[in-house]
Amino acid sequence: MNALEFDRYSIRFGDFQVLREISLGVEEGSFVAILGPNGAGKSTLLKSVLGLTQGLPQEGRVQISGSVRVLGKDPGEVPPDWMGYVPQVKGFDRSFPALALEVVVSGLRRSWPLRIRPEERRRAEAMLEQVGALHLAGRRLGRLSGGELQRVYLARALIREPRLLLLDEPATGVDAVGEADLYRHLEAYQSAHSQGAARVTVLMITHDWEAAQHHASQVLLLNRRVVGYGRPEAVLCHECLAEAFGHVGHAHSLVMGR
Amino acid sequence: MLEALQFPFLQRALLAGLMVGGLASYLGVFVVQRRLSFLGDGLAHAAFAGVALGLFFHTEPLWVALPFAVAVALAITWVRERSNLGDDTAIGIFFAVSVALGVLFMSLRQGFAPDAVAYLFGSILAVTKADLLAVGAVALLVVLAAPLWKHWAYATFDRELALADRRPVSLHDYLLAGLVALMVVTAVKVVGIVLIAAFIVIPAAAARLLSRTFAAMTLLSVSFGVLSVIPGLMVAYQLDVPAGSAIVLVQAAVFALALWLRR
Ligand SMILES: Nc1ncnc2c1ncn2[C@@H]1O[C@H](COP(=O)(O)OP(=O)(O)O)[C@@H](O)[C@H]1O
Ligand SMILES: [Mg+2]
Repeated sequence: MNALEFDRYSIRFGDFQVLREISLGVEEGSFVAILGPNGAGKSTLLKSVLGLTQGLPQEGRVQISGSVRVLGKDPGEVPPDWMGYVPQVKGFDRSFPALALEVVVSGLRRSWPLRIRPEERRRAEAMLEQVGALHLAGRRLGRLSGGELQRVYLARALIREPRLLLLDEPATGVDAVGEADLYRHLEAYQSAHSQGAARVTVLMITHDWEAAQHHASQVLLLNRRVVGYGRPEAVLCHECLAEAFGHVGHAHSLVMGR
Repeated sequence: MLEALQFPFLQRALLAGLMVGGLASYLGVFVVQRRLSFLGDGLAHAAFAGVALGLFFHTEPLWVALPFAVAVALAITWVRERSNLGDDTAIGIFFAVSVALGVLFMSLRQGFAPDAVAYLFGSILAVTKADLLAVGAVALLVVLAAPLWKHWAYATFDRELALADRRPVSLHDYLLAGLVALMVVTAVKVVGIVLIAAFIVIPAAAARLLSRTFAAMTLLSVSFGVLSVIPGLMVAYQLDVPAGSAIVLVQAAVFALALWLRR
């Protein structure tokens, strides 16, 4: 079954066509790496799944499935805890007095905690520990580094135990060890929360070709339209890269030169 | 001071002051954190236009000022949502239009308007039962809206995350703006158009300096807002100076103390 389906989906910002006629079925349980140049519409694609593009001129459909409860639903109809999201731009108010632990709990409650219950604290701390960020629990969010923020936001996305994970460049700013950890966590989460046919699906935007090749079950090459979608070895070919990026420069030699 | 509390006018002053202090500093937490500090001033001047219009038609100014200020608050929120104008720009435009209208209505009305001066600077010692009831009604609304704290806070922290979690963020924005407008209009008679913004901004700003969490900031802000009313009123009564000014100066002292404590 497809966890996610795009049917001739297009979206514009004013006169600017960001995504054109995206048709794509993401099978449940996939780990999709989304690759493409800056401005390719990768973030916009994830936002369309989250229902954040409502009110913009869109055509076609985005549908989410995964169970009897969630069968061919529009983004706005899916239970909000179905999806976990790590945004690319951490657009939070830097002067807002927030502790990392509260941010994780907000992922559970979908609102801001006035008081954190012991049970919530326990879960949030366990989640932070899993992503190697327990030591950040009591730190102020506005004072964390980029890589530290990524870990806190990942814990925030995972704590609600989503069936569909939408991660927008979650490895950016994370150190090399942290990046290896990230894939380990995601794979562990995916297998721990998949029973039988009900499987967790991950969509992750990245610029790391090598990691995509190693860890993703599918690769989506995107440049305003679908340039390629399929198994990494099929999609990360010379012609596809040339088509997605317009030129095969350094990025290509990184993949092919190994 | 304690024996002075047997005077009903002082009881009303204290009660009105405590309620306005608490309400303004509670809603002020969101206003300040959303960088809408100018909103209090903007709405106070919208209230001024409403009051002027009410006086012009010889009706109870409150009944004109209330809908007028609420309409302006909703309009500011609408413009902010729809345009890329800076927050202050949208507010500034309504601010200017309100003042222009207020002055226009005042000048259309023949003769001097001493009652209008009362609105400019407030008269906490002249608070009537009706004024008190109006503030009390707004207090009741704000208490009823207490469950919105967690949603307002969430959207203040990160609007996109709240939207991704399918919260009705813009409905909540309008409710916040509407409540701030109601609070400002009913408080204007008590503390005056000129000073109400201070009641909204100063306690919240002082609280933020000392808080690690938004919950703590809220509690501290309300404490500052409520507690600075008492010494303020005492000073005003003893020295026979305007109470609104005295309270704001106490708040400013608290802010200075917070700045110093935070070093
Ligand atoms: N809210 C917006 N208004 C106008 N243009 C936008 C908006 N969001 C994104 N864009 C534009 O759409 C294009 C795709 O953006 P995005 O999806 O963020 O790209 P990517 O994540 O692939 O780098 C970019 O050129 C960007 O400038
Ligand atoms: Mg992006």
